Amino acid sequence: MEVPFVVLIGIFFAAAVYLMLSKFLVRILLGVAILGNAVNLLLFTNGRIVREVPPIVPAAFDHQVAVTANPLPQALILTAIVISFSFFAFLLVLSYRAFQDLGTDNANEMRVAEPAADSAPPTGY
Amino acid sequence: MAAPAASAIDLSRALVLTPPALADWLVILPVAWCLASGAILLMLRKNLRLQPPLAIAALTVLLVLDAALLWRVVEGGPVTMVMGRWLPPFGIAFTVDLAGALFALSSALVALAGGIYAAESIDASGRRYGFYPFLMLLMAGVSGAFLTGDIFNLYVWFEVLLISSFGLLVLGSEPKQIDGAIKYAFLNLIATTLFLIAVGFLYGLFGTLNMADIAAKAVERRAGLPLMTLGVLFVLAFGMKAAAFPVNFWLPASYHTPRIVVSALFAGLLTKVGIYALIRVMVMLFPVEGDELSVVIAAAAAATMIFGALGAIGQSDTRRLLGYLVISGIGVMLAGIAVGGPGGVGGALFYALHSMVVMTALYMAAGMAGRLSGAFDLNRAGGLYGRTAFFSALSFILFLSVSGMPPFSGFWPKVMVARAALDIGAWWLAGTVLLTGFLTMIAVGRVWLLAYWRPAGAAATPGGDDAIRTSAILSLSVLVLVTVLVGLFPDPLLRQVQQAASGLVEPSAYLNSVFPQGAR
Repeated sequence: MEVPFVVLIGIFFAAAVYLMLSKFLVRILLGVAILGNAVNLLLFTNGRIVREVPPIVPAAFDHQVAVTANPLPQALILTAIVISFSFFAFLLVLSYRAFQDLGTDNANEMRVAEPAADSAPPTGY
Repeated sequence: MAAPAASAIDLSRALVLTPPALADWLVILPVAWCLASGAILLMLRKNLRLQPPLAIAALTVLLVLDAALLWRVVEGGPVTMVMGRWLPPFGIAFTVDLAGALFALSSALVALAGGIYAAESIDASGRRYGFYPFLMLLMAGVSGAFLTGDIFNLYVWFEVLLISSFGLLVLGSEPKQIDGAIKYAFLNLIATTLFLIAVGFLYGLFGTLNMADIAAKAVERRAGLPLMTLGVLFVLAFGMKAAAFPVNFWLPASYHTPRIVVSALFAGLLTKVGIYALIRVMVMLFPVEGDELSVVIAAAAAATMIFGALGAIGQSDTRRLLGYLVISGIGVMLAGIAVGGPGGVGGALFYALHSMVVMTALYMAAGMAGRLSGAFDLNRAGGLYGRTAFFSALSFILFLSVSGMPPFSGFWPKVMVARAALDIGAWWLAGTVLLTGFLTMIAVGRVWLLAYWRPAGAAATPGGDDAIRTSAILSLSVLVLVTVLVGLFPDPLLRQVQQAASGLVEPSAYLNSVFPQGAR
């Protein structure tokens, strides 16, 4: 069961890295979104995949009676989803503001903070 | 729903059945206090006059809490507290050892100084945008990262401090800040995602996220596990967070853009969290892999030191210059980690504590200098020594301290790192540490000559008499006092730092605190 997931994760990572290598913010944003999902799948697969048995202790027992799905990766992924979603929302707004204020979505042309023509410090009084 | 009396399960093996001692609550109080006071400040967001005094009071309480925690750890060794009564490794554990407590105390001191500095320098619009709530939440993230004993929890605190730092960074929404924030936000998000990837693999390999549990299991099961790969991922992720060469370019792109007090807090707190996490993982959890990677870390350390110092020499804007000095300081800490052993790690810890205080103070001094002389640009600034000798003296102490001159706090950790490097025969690393000190001296010496000694030029319009703010002088004086005192009387801190380093290199006390009687 893990092998198809591993291949899928590989494809996700490849797509994410390819998109993030772009100069354009929108593509980087898409890359970040895919990267988040790739990591979620990776966490899920690392917890080993067991299907169709929910991790619930049956009534009248006080421990698990069968091999169940691992609940911990699900908790981890839920946390990671919330975090990556909120970050994505912030980055989306930030990129839009950057496009409005700086007039470009090309990261190479964003030279307001570090101007291309920078004066050297004086060598004497 | 009472549990059946005839249960076959022994609950005491999974749950803490006795309530923890009241003093143990100190372990989580710094985080809980920051979150609570941050929430209260957020509710009082519209009350602009009440915000600074409340936040300063809250930060003072945080400082007291962290000091009490440090005292308790010094007296009784590492302290552990688990969430939801679940015993480790099931519950999330907060484990505080000497290193964590020292970092937490130092960060609280820096935050308090920042809070005081901000009282007059953050204007009404900055407060309305939520400077103080963000500051408290940033401190929650920083304290949580220093105090937690669970590696996924560490990731969560990284994200808490990261999102608060975004809020602080774009305070004011100037185009320059948006530009800096784009680079800062994307690259830091990728760094924490790398960290999360490493955590995912770590969980897949060990089936646990508790740091003490991982440290113990790594010793037992090292053979056959791809721990080197994991180590490389962690080094890359934390190196990026700490701004180590060659993944440091987000720092000089963004640190000079926000309000000066925000820069000061970032310089003091954020990169050091990366260093702390690197020490925690590569020294305590995976010491064998840390040793094998030490060549890589040492090369990165040397490059970080030299390129940081050279970058500082090439800058004409004092804030950008300081950004490069932050980076070159990170190189010294990495050198300590690469050398390893109680001496090297102790030097790295000491340098991190020194750097927190001094880099924050330097940014504050740069802010005041910019206000007084009317320019951050060295081509135009001047005449500061003639304006105010007291402030110039404070700055001069900081300049000497950052370049590692005795008798200030930067001297001792550099001696520790250099000596530890010489002890293992890494003379080139020790030489790089000394050369960096020399290059740093040139960079800050030029700031002193141009901005302080040179008569005021006609180009800049200096600030009026109101340019010297009481709150700024007060916070700056406190930090300078700390660096002078630590420099003159390094013995107490030196002892604690060495003990903290031995606790990381040989973590049996840490493990015992999480798993009493060796029960796992």
